Amino acid sequence: MSAIHDRVLDPLLALAGPEPHELLRFATAGSVDDGKSTLVGRLLHDTKSVLADTLAAIERASIAKGHDGADLALLTDGLRAEREQGITIDVAYRYFSTATRSYVLADTPGHVEYTRNMVTGASTAELALVLVDARHGVVEQTRRHAAAAALLGVRHLALAVNKMDLVDFNEQVFAGIHAEFDSVAVSLGVGDVVAIPLSALQGDNVVVRSPRTPWYDGPTLLEHLEAVPVGEDPAREPFRFPVQYVVRPQTDEHRDHRGYAGRVAHGVVRVGDPVVVLPSGRTTTVSAIDGLDGPLREAFAPQSVSIRLTDDLDVSRGDLLAAADEAAAPSQDLAGDVCVVSDRPLSAGDRVLVRHGTRTVRAKVTAVTARLDLASLESSAYDRALVVNDIGRLSLRLAEPLAVDDYAALRRTGAFLLVDEQDGSTLAAGMAVVARCSEG
Amino acid sequence: MTTTYGGTLVRRLSQLDALEAEAVHIMREVAGEFDRPVLLFSGGKDSVVMLHLASKAFAPAAIPFPLLHIDTGHNFPEVIAYRDDAVRSYGVRLHVASVQELIDSGRLRERPDGTRNPLQTVPLLEAIESHRFDAVFGGGRRDEEKARAKERVFSLRDEFGQWDPRRQRPELWDLYNGRHRTGEHVRVFPLSNWTEVDVWEYVAREGIALPEIYYAHEREVFLRDGMWLTAGGWGGPREHETVERRTVRFRTVGDMSCTGAVDSTAATVAEVIAEVAVSTVTERGATRADDRLTEAAMEDRKREGYF
Repeated sequence: MSAIHDRVLDPLLALAGPEPHELLRFATAGSVDDGKSTLVGRLLHDTKSVLADTLAAIERASIAKGHDGADLALLTDGLRAEREQGITIDVAYRYFSTATRSYVLADTPGHVEYTRNMVTGASTAELALVLVDARHGVVEQTRRHAAAAALLGVRHLALAVNKMDLVDFNEQVFAGIHAEFDSVAVSLGVGDVVAIPLSALQGDNVVVRSPRTPWYDGPTLLEHLEAVPVGEDPAREPFRFPVQYVVRPQTDEHRDHRGYAGRVAHGVVRVGDPVVVLPSGRTTTVSAIDGLDGPLREAFAPQSVSIRLTDDLDVSRGDLLAAADEAAAPSQDLAGDVCVVSDRPLSAGDRVLVRHGTRTVRAKVTAVTARLDLASLESSAYDRALVVNDIGRLSLRLAEPLAVDDYAALRRTGAFLLVDEQDGSTLAAGMAVVARCSEG
Repeated sequence: MTTTYGGTLVRRLSQLDALEAEAVHIMREVAGEFDRPVLLFSGGKDSVVMLHLASKAFAPAAIPFPLLHIDTGHNFPEVIAYRDDAVRSYGVRLHVASVQELIDSGRLRERPDGTRNPLQTVPLLEAIESHRFDAVFGGGRRDEEKARAKERVFSLRDEFGQWDPRRQRPELWDLYNGRHRTGEHVRVFPLSNWTEVDVWEYVAREGIALPEIYYAHEREVFLRDGMWLTAGGWGGPREHETVERRTVRFRTVGDMSCTGAVDSTAATVAEVIAEVAVSTVTERGATRADDRLTEAAMEDRKREGYF
């Protein structure tokens, strides 16, 4: 139970220290039988992340099912129905670490009907790992997964060409799949693609370099995960800060303290910076920043801090603080791409709630304008209902203005949810399209 | 924290700072969105870390929610003493829901094996209902167990407290959706993305005091199902089981009847971190009889409303 340190932390002092142990969040996706669970199991196993009792339990279960050795896929199948049916139903989160990085892996199921799970996993990922079976190459599901990753703004795309042992580690097979996937990535506008030939079952090029692919001089999967850059440089983005909670101690010691608690969504804020409170549009100045260990001179994404302002304005949960000279304009009209994640279809005229940052407002779907064909990756005009796992574009009229950013530019303040007013369930994941390309 | 990459200054959070920022964000979301949150507090390391995070999240104001302890009646005395100290020093209110009281009143029946962990679900759900708690913080981590690996940070429970893995809401970005109908509540797991080692490294970094039983000490124990259990009034040892004095520590803290100790000489946080880092057995596998019942023991209990 340490006390809160009462000192000003100078971020530049940290420069002298060693590089921090970083956290990389990534998502895996593949079709049924691409061997994704085996690959994830292999990654955990070969990074020594599976402990003896877990492995023993897997071996017992594998033998009971008539397998020869430990079926590494069983490491990731968590729920009873998944083990019984031999499939993955839900996104599972796995953790492993190396000397340099810790990893949070969102393991997403590959069935056609589970595009929503891919979207869920990709929403917090910095890298998407798409699997293909070397015998089948790029299939419709591969395009779907790549499209979902691109739409969600996942910066790095990696292609694992699995089951290379079943095509005799043939270089031409790999090269053909690599070229086809590259053209998919180009059409989706994703620049950074790395393809790796591997065998999850036998461990080739997952953690250990394979002697059976002498023609391949790229990284193993783990080498790639270790090297890919983590995070955005907050200094390149404008400041955004959704207010979560107002801290008012109301004690003698802190009589006039009014701290706006939240997490920096984008950018950097310094004491003395001018900020605008949205949607009201009033401007003020940051008078103090309280970090979790005491006062700070600056805060950056994704730090959780508490901000005090020079003027006594009416600021509460749901408001957004933004850089005074680079703020989004509040508007009652919102257009965006959505992925429908609920069984309730969405069509023009529907009443929903829109959740953006910490604010929830009532809204009406004014029009469905387009739908993405995930097989051809073509978007075409569409005005009927969007159903579960559809990705499409719609426009909304909001009961109160929201200051929404373009998702492609600012992920956290460009994202929104559509929520059912009656039962509170999440209907769709939304990615705002602001100004740049409203033609749909 | 800032780091230099290729000569340019880049602002980055270390892994522990990132996990801390995420947990604080989750706690503030709950305080902002819900009317009656409560934090489950067992005195175990995960709940202690949650309490510490809560004190940082709302400083300099007081923690804006009470604690709830589900008392199995088979507690380690050191842990109860720790709990009462923590309540005083953090200035929080504590509610206690007692398994013993329900057994005494005949509403719960003791199990033949004497284990009370599965019995905690009833007093937990009754406390949630009678206090009308709408959000319940739990210290569960996804690395603990395979059913937990699939649970959301905000996990909706129906009016019977049940978890339905097939009806989980997709959790997108960090937009946690806590909307629920009257009678339903939400379990919230701020430490979802932490591992056992993360918890210990955070305990070390923050200088957080834990109950003494987490560190190596001498204790009268006996062997049952391959675990060192503590001799005591709860029903052990049986006739053929022999008590011996060993140097042990606990990796988890639960009901005395099903929480086993491990042989250990790790007496400091640093020694514990070194030990956990090279351990070949998971923390629940080493020390929790309640998870060994069936392959889906945790999933089954969660469906019924367990933590």
